[in-house]
Amino acid sequence: MSSTEMQGDAAVMVDAEEMRRARQRKMEKTGKWLLPILIMCVAIFMWDRICVWNEIPRYILPRPGEVLATLIEDRGLLFSSLVNTLKITFLSLALAVAGGVGLSVLFTQSKWVEMSFFPFAVVLQVTPIVAIFPLINIYVDNQTTKLLLCAWIVAFFPILSNTTLGLNSVDRNLLDLFKLNGATRWQTLWHLRLPASMPYFLGGLKIAGGLALIGAVVAEFVAGASGQSSGLASRIIEAGYRLNAPRLFAALILISFTGIVIFLVLTFISNRILRRWHESALTQEH
Amino acid sequence: MQTADKAKTDGPQLILRSVGKVFGNDVVALRDVDMTINQGDFLSLLGPSGCGKSTALRLIAGLSSPTSGVLDWRGPAMGKADIGFVFQEPTLMPWASVFDNVWLPLRLQGVSRAEAKTQVEDVLAQVNLSGFENAVPRELSGGMKMRVSIARGLVTRPRVLLMDEPFAALDEITRFQLNSDLLALWERERFTVIFVTHSVFESVFLSNRIVVMAAHPGRVFGEMEVDAPYPRDETFRTSEDYAHLTRKASSLLRSAMGIEGEGGDDHVLH
Repeated sequence: MSSTEMQGDAAVMVDAEEMRRARQRKMEKTGKWLLPILIMCVAIFMWDRICVWNEIPRYILPRPGEVLATLIEDRGLLFSSLVNTLKITFLSLALAVAGGVGLSVLFTQSKWVEMSFFPFAVVLQVTPIVAIFPLINIYVDNQTTKLLLCAWIVAFFPILSNTTLGLNSVDRNLLDLFKLNGATRWQTLWHLRLPASMPYFLGGLKIAGGLALIGAVVAEFVAGASGQSSGLASRIIEAGYRLNAPRLFAALILISFTGIVIFLVLTFISNRILRRWHESALTQEH
Repeated sequence: MQTADKAKTDGPQLILRSVGKVFGNDVVALRDVDMTINQGDFLSLLGPSGCGKSTALRLIAGLSSPTSGVLDWRGPAMGKADIGFVFQEPTLMPWASVFDNVWLPLRLQGVSRAEAKTQVEDVLAQVNLSGFENAVPRELSGGMKMRVSIARGLVTRPRVLLMDEPFAALDEITRFQLNSDLLALWERERFTVIFVTHSVFESVFLSNRIVVMAAHPGRVFGEMEVDAPYPRDETFRTSEDYAHLTRKASSLLRSAMGIEGEGGDDHVLH
């Protein structure tokens, strides 16, 4: 069977190589979802088996079923803690967006401001939050404010640095066009710089979302909060002291689940906003 | 309605008097440029890379100021809306629709979407892009993007349209089509066009006057009238006149570049 024979047959005839490629694409598409789920199930099953085979006591490593049972049993306590952690996370993320975007806009308005203040932002970023916390603990009384401040410090830098980069990555010719048409500084910012920096900002936001959660949890760990406003970190510490491993695992699972959801939501938002124009959000057909 | 059969112009609109531009790194981009641009001219600035033709265009646009000399505008004072600029790249805002891209110059002057609607739709019709208002740039071909860019340059009904090698990145078929369409538009509206190009063929096909520039330092080397009637269509491209004028422009360009010999035999310069 020669290749010319195949080509001459029908207009829509696809050769073997293309068919193989199409099959591969289809498999990859399903595999992308199926494989992680499959591996996860296997891992959970092995976890359960290892507990049984080695007769590991539940206060060291609980079986998955027990963790699930605790998650349902303690749902009132765990979910109110989750809500507290989420509150800190989203508030600090919102403040990080406001602060990060606000500062980067300020930076692009004047090179002098950027030169003067950017180093401070870097210092704030590279100093481990755990090391700064004792200071915050001394200066700030309010527990929520403490946690917010910590989470904010961790989360705002990626937004600041990404948005600053984005605001400065504007097509020179478009800037000329705005100048030619007598655009004001405000118009250039609003109609050109901000939209142009959108992909960069959203990239920073995705990182900041995860960091805000990490900040909220770490801050609570160091603060050692308890009582009304305590979040999931307190539940973990508490459960650790009481050797209540199932609850510890339950809280841990809730935290990582929250992180995944935050990431997925931010990715979804980013794709919605960019899908019509930015390379990063293009679907495969294009 | 003006007659389009002969490229008649209505007196000087802009006179450049010994204009010079020296950049900060002591590069002399332009030296002693004298040039007269008439109302309704389709003037091509033709020259090799580094001859300062783009710099001249930026000076005329007011995007940078001359180191020496003056730009003497005649007639009514030039406002922001009186100059349209078309870049080498389409230079569209990728996040904005075709409508929003074309609307931009009006929007910056405070014209609302509703007020701008007819004007934007008219100018899109002029560049044969009706029905594409809601498309975003990446859904368009290279030629269509350039049409959007031209529409944006024309939406304020400028008196002068500055074009900086607008078709250089397009394939030949698309370029020819856009050349014809641009000419038709110009014959209808009779705005002044200053067209930077390094293509002899393009400059001869389009313009009524060609200013040839030389490099190092950038300067005006010579000037020629393109003595062929409008409207010019595709038959003009294969005519004896066109061949003759192209040879003439080509040899002028060769002299400007310091290349010896007859310019007419082979047009190595595209």
